[in-house]
This record gives sequence, C-alpha cells and structure tokens, in this order.
Amino acid sequence: MANYSTNEFRNGLKVMLDGEPCSILDNEFVKPGKGQAFNRVRLRNLNSGRVWERTFKSGESLEGADVIDQSMEYLYNDGEFYHFMDPESFEQFQADLKAVGDASNWLKEQDVCTVTLYNGAPLSVTPPNFVELEIVETDPGVKGDTAQGGTKPAYLSTGAVVKVPLFLSVGEVIKVDTRTGEYQNRVKS
Amino acid sequence: MSDWRPTADFSALSRRAQLLAAVRALFAERGVLEVDTPLLATAPVTDPNIEAITTVSPDGDALMYLQTSPEFAMKRLLAAGSGSIYQICKAFRRGERGRRHNPEFTMLEWYRIGLSLQELMDEVAVIVALAVGPVESHYYSYQQVFERHCGLSPHHASLSELKACARAHLDLHFDTDDRDVWLQLLMSSVIEPLLDRESLSFVYDFPASQAALANTRSNADGIQLASRFEAFYAGMELANGYDELRDANELVRRIRDDHARRAENNQILPPIDRHLLKAMATLPECVGVAMGFDRLAMLACDVERIDEVIAFPLERA
Repeated sequence: MANYSTNEFRNGLKVMLDGEPCSILDNEFVKPGKGQAFNRVRLRNLNSGRVWERTFKSGESLEGADVIDQSMEYLYNDGEFYHFMDPESFEQFQADLKAVGDASNWLKEQDVCTVTLYNGAPLSVTPPNFVELEIVETDPGVKGDTAQGGTKPAYLSTGAVVKVPLFLSVGEVIKVDTRTGEYQNRVKS
Repeated sequence: MSDWRPTADFSALSRRAQLLAAVRALFAERGVLEVDTPLLATAPVTDPNIEAITTVSPDGDALMYLQTSPEFAMKRLLAAGSGSIYQICKAFRRGERGRRHNPEFTMLEWYRIGLSLQELMDEVAVIVALAVGPVESHYYSYQQVFERHCGLSPHHASLSELKACARAHLDLHFDTDDRDVWLQLLMSSVIEPLLDRESLSFVYDFPASQAALANTRSNADGIQLASRFEAFYAGMELANGYDELRDANELVRRIRDDHARRAENNQILPPIDRHLLKAMATLPECVGVAMGFDRLAMLACDVERIDEVIAFPLERA
C-alpha cells in the first residue's frame, strides 16, 4: 500500500496504526511560528471502534490500510456466518457476527449493503439507509387510528424491534431508516 | 457546487478592512514608515521548520522563492537608514494548512529603532487592542510557564524528563533526541492551551537553542537565553518578537547550523542571502516583531477558523 504523509491525512483516509486499520476522523495542524510543526490526529480503530488521538511530527507518514468499501448483495445467514456476494464478480464473502454487528438487525436477503473489506475480508457491514421489512409480531391493529396517536413495538422479520403506529398489523411491510431505527411509512404491497 | 464563493462573509471582510486601516493609522501616528518589499525573492529564510514555495526566475534560469517573511528585505532597509518601518504583506509557507493556517497568509511585521523589547511588547498589546478592545497583559519567562504548567525547568530538565512529561499529556507517534522538538511540543500542545484566554500572555527569554535571529545573553545562573518573546491570546500564538541579531559572523554560524539540520533531514539547502550579509554591518540596534494579521482578524471577528477571515483559502485559490 501507498504511504501517506501527515499533510495528506484527510477525513476518511484509511491508514495502519499500531498494526490496526484506522479511519482518520480529524487532523489538526499545530505549528508554532518558530519551531517544529505537529499534527494532532483523531483516528477510529476499525477493528475495535475505539477512537485514538495521536500526535505526529509533521511530515511523518503512515502506511495506507487495504480497506475498501464495496457494494454487495446479502445472500443468507448459515447460523454462524453472514454471506455476501459481489454482484459484479459474483465472488462470495462470509462475515462473522462481530463484523456484521448491529447491521444484522436490518439484513434482508437480496438487499445491497456496503461491506468494508480489510485485506480482502469483511471488517464491517453497513446496511442500506432504508429497508423494507415485514412485521412478524405486534399487538392487533386498531382500525381507523391512522393519524396521530400512540405507538407500539413491532417485531420485524430480521429480529429488529421498531416502534410503529397502532394501526399496523402482522404481515404488513414497513420502511425503516436503519441509521436511526425509526419507522418511516407503510409499504403498500 | 459553490466553490467559487468566498469562505469569509462580508461582515468579516469589512471588519478585516477596518482593522487594516486602524493598524495603518496607528503606525502613521507613531511615525513608523510603511514599506513594501519583494514577495519574489532570491533567498528565503533558512529556518529548517519553514519551507518556502519555489518558483523559477522570470528568465527561467534560476530558482526563486516566494518569501516566507519579509525579514531579510526589511533589515536591508533598516541598514540603509530607513528608520522604524512596518509592512503588511503576503507571506508563503509550504505545507502549512489547518484551522489557523493557510500557505498564503498576511503578515504584519515591524521594526523599531530606539524601543526596548519591553516597549515593543507594549506596542503589540496596543495593536491587539485594536482588534479586541482593552486587554490586560501578563509577562512570563519561558522558565516560569514550564515550571507552572509542566512542573519542570526547560533549561535543566533532562531529555528523558521532557519526554516523560510530553508522554504523560499526549499519545505520541514519534521519538527524537532533539530537546527543542520536545520543548516546542510541550509549549504548543500543553502550555499554550492553558494560558489565560482572556488576557494577552507574553512569554520571553527562550532557550538560546531557539534564538532564530535574536540576540543571546547569559543570565545570572549562566544559562544562555535568547532575547525574544511570543505573544498569545485566546489560546493562539499571535506574534514573535526579537531583539535583533546584528553580528554578521554569528548570522553565518546560525545559517550553517540551519543548513546542517536541513541536510540531516534531506531538506533543500536554500542559498544564503548575500545582500543581507553585506547589510548587517550597518544594521542599527533594533527590535522587530512578526504578527499573523489573519489571526488578529480572527480575534476581531471572534471566529475559530482562518477561512472565516480570508476570501479564498488554498482550496479555492
């Protein structure tokens, strides 16, 4: 991989630090009028999710991390691994629950997700911003109550629990914002 | 995309223009002459921590440099008998980009004959007051700020004590045996943020190893000190002032030191300014200070980013 000097550090750049793939969050240039320049850099460790703040001498460099974001179709879960396919090359990848993380709440077969690969293996999975999922369990729908009013929990086909309006029933399909976990609207089938 | 638009709004640009006018009026009142020296220079400063932007001469035969500070040319004017002078000009420094830095920036630099370093600090306070209103000044020696905020003496602490102190405050990705790098790191990353934000702090009596082009002297304990100061306000370095070195032989020695450090780091070795060397013989006793004008404008506008007080920073130039 290429090396990146501190003055090339941009937000989102993926670099190796202490043997861990990291994403740069912020790079502050600190330079006295007379004297050595420094860069105070905040990075997210992509393995642990922890944020590091590290000070560099300006001009030092880090090795780029072989981290790429790729669109992939979610295929299925075999009980241990989640399987994805690159729709271009048809190459298949398996991700464990650690890599999939909270995205597991939103993975529907054939949906296209962003899979972040590190050295060719899935490091993390980002679901589409909006997904359409079926309600598999909720209290019975209250007819006529379509406007304002209360909410109730609904269990979706993926196992996620979302607060939905009272009028919805089992079997209906709803659209959810995966970034907030919030109900958007009912999807007419 | 609206990349063609200025990053500063017009209220900020208008405040900046007022501040320029106020600075000029103040110097006119004090009998300091405004001058204008070349931005395109044959010899840049040799300071290893400052990289000039290079270009070619108009005939295409030689390298030339966008000046990193008007210091050398202004000293030639002083040596030629100008009396006290000031300049507001663009200066250029390669690689310096950040919240408070743009590689092309505006410098306010002035030299005073017959003023002491203390009187120059007073004048800096008057200029800062043009931007922020009446402001209290505090004076600390370099030793005092290190003792107070780092619990060590910058002149006596061992290299390993300096490293331990820096590592206690910061997660570092480098190591070096250069004492000054550790002192500069502690100054800029530990001490500077702890200086009172509401008053002007002057730090003076730097270690002689950081003299740049200031005179040096021994104090009562036999420690070599540089007669220079830095001014800080609102957690930000604003100005660097010097009792100016006038000894041509000492100047050559310091330039050689700079070149040696540059060679170690595989940096370019810029030519020596022969005009300046010749002028040193008649350079009068004087004090001089360089102030980042954009930072002064940031204070006047009460903003945190240099982009908010300049129309077109690097990415929109």
